[in-house]
Amino acid sequence: MTLIDHLPVLVVILPLLTAPLCVLLDRPVAAWGAALGAAWLTFVGAALLVGQVADGGAISYQLGGWAPPWGIEYRVDTLGAYVLLIVSAMAALVLLSARESVEREIFRVNGARFYAAFLLAFAGLMGIVATGDAFNVFVFLEISSLSTYALISMGRDRRALTAAFQYLVMGTIGATFILIGIGFLYMMTGTLNMLDLAERLPEVSNTRTVRAGFAFLTVGIGLKLAMFPLHLWMPNAYTYAPSVVTAFLAATATKVAVYVLLRFILGIFGIEFGLGRMPLEYLLIPLGLMGILSASMVAIYQVEIKRLLAYSSVAQIGYIVLGVGLANTHGITAAVLHLFNHALMKGALFIALGAVAYRIGATTLDAFSGLGRRMPLTMGAIVIGGLSLIGVPGTVGFVSKWYLVLAALERGLWPIALLVLVGSVMAVVYVWKVVERAYFSQASSGSGEASEAPLMMLIPLWTLVLANIYFGLHTDLSAGLARQAATVLSGGQGERHAFAYLDSPGSAAGAAGGAGLCQAAQSA
Amino acid sequence: MNALPGIFNYLVVVFLMMAGFYVVIAQGNLIKKLVGLGLFQASVFILYITMGNLAGGAAPIVTEGVTVYSSPLPHVLILTAIVVGVATTAVGLALAVRIQEAYGSVEEEVIHASDLRDDESLFGEPAACDREGGQ
Repeated sequence: MTLIDHLPVLVVILPLLTAPLCVLLDRPVAAWGAALGAAWLTFVGAALLVGQVADGGAISYQLGGWAPPWGIEYRVDTLGAYVLLIVSAMAALVLLSARESVEREIFRVNGARFYAAFLLAFAGLMGIVATGDAFNVFVFLEISSLSTYALISMGRDRRALTAAFQYLVMGTIGATFILIGIGFLYMMTGTLNMLDLAERLPEVSNTRTVRAGFAFLTVGIGLKLAMFPLHLWMPNAYTYAPSVVTAFLAATATKVAVYVLLRFILGIFGIEFGLGRMPLEYLLIPLGLMGILSASMVAIYQVEIKRLLAYSSVAQIGYIVLGVGLANTHGITAAVLHLFNHALMKGALFIALGAVAYRIGATTLDAFSGLGRRMPLTMGAIVIGGLSLIGVPGTVGFVSKWYLVLAALERGLWPIALLVLVGSVMAVVYVWKVVERAYFSQASSGSGEASEAPLMMLIPLWTLVLANIYFGLHTDLSAGLARQAATVLSGGQGERHAFAYLDSPGSAAGAAGGAGLCQAAQSA
Repeated sequence: MNALPGIFNYLVVVFLMMAGFYVVIAQGNLIKKLVGLGLFQASVFILYITMGNLAGGAAPIVTEGVTVYSSPLPHVLILTAIVVGVATTAVGLALAVRIQEAYGSVEEEVIHASDLRDDESLFGEPAACDREGGQ
């Protein structure tokens, strides 16, 4: 076996092992170098994985050589490979801009530990996506969550501590709900392997245990996702966390939660059970819409721009949830697309905010006064990111909203299409607030002479901004891919079985062993 | 032989789960919240361990004359979950210590009130981060 064969696990292990190295190096700059190197290597690994999956279909990696379902299987399919790519790309880009920002915003003693926690959170997120084992999802979720709590608490404002504590309580409840849900599924099927679960659940799906497990999983993932009524932890956490952390979390953590939602509801339970027999549709569509409208409304009245964008994130998650709830191919395409697109735009916007915080020292609306002249490149990026957030044609935001409106019209639900557009109009209002202050008002006297952001921040910022435009114009790549993933996810039993490893020779024994365990668990 | 009625463990699980959940929501003291969170997690540990048990099953060690074994897998899973639970409590307590240092209290109401005071006194003033504690 060459190193290439181990890629599915390498993309997780590399950041995981570099984390303790960062603590040992102790000097912030050295730790930054190590973290940056690990992140870029992981990014290269993820890019290679995307190539492999495109050539040869889903990759199954047996951890330690133990055949599934006994051993833990890592499984990377099309959707997984692209989520790995986007998470690692965001980590690599955010880390590029991190050094200066961290020097300014984080106490020096915590410098090296900051990068260690960052890499742990990164490793956890990669693990959630790479693994094909339901319990492993919980473990990686907690690895990333625990390090995220630490990262948020490193903000200089003391309210970062309470925000982190609040997130810890909510996040732990969410993760425990997921654990309970996985327990119920294990009780009925005797397996934790996702493909096995998908195989066996239809037989027992009419039991109350499976339905309860489904409910627990949905609420638990909803908490992690910051789905509308469960989003209360998010505005505070995003506002008081260091800028680098906010940029990374906004671009990756909730996206991975979306991935988990898609994986469990569509991949494991199957669309027929998840959205047909369970009334999830009637839950996700109203909650998605309420999230879009109420969070956009709240965002309009914010004066702290970080908080404004955090509420805007809640609204954008509403679009994704709505797409899943609409449950047709276009809807799921829109959800998957918006997963990528929202990462691109919020990544760009929060890195830009980090640059403003670096130069001005605050991100309130007042700090933006006259910034259009003093930091033209940064403000230009915010304008384009904002346009993408609104969904102006030519940016990525337009593409996903287009599919969402198509999905709603396909179902004959034109009021939903209308409400999606109302949400866009509200985005115009809150983006305009910032733009107006930056370009049409005089600089406040106290903020002194601010100059353009450092180059190391501008490079990742403009990379993301250009990606926003590029993928907004060349939709074949992203939309084609999302549609492919959506067809596989929503395609029903037949297509999923085609991917099942059970079809490959030599695994029949594995199935038999799993069935034995299943009986043992059921008769308990 | 199983001395307890089959459903008894699940009743314990539900009781502990709800008690823990209630403490997390109802208590304003951060330490008490963490205790509730621990209780909530512990209930899930019992849930897993119970489902692995088999009526009349022996410990999963190969022995002469024993044919029915309990499933060991849930126990192993729960070992992992216990480690996660310990880590969560540790991070939570560390945060509570930092909050105590920064606010002088771990009561939610006091913390909230002093945040509100900060908002009022610092309104419109940039760079409001001169008072971080614990460093």
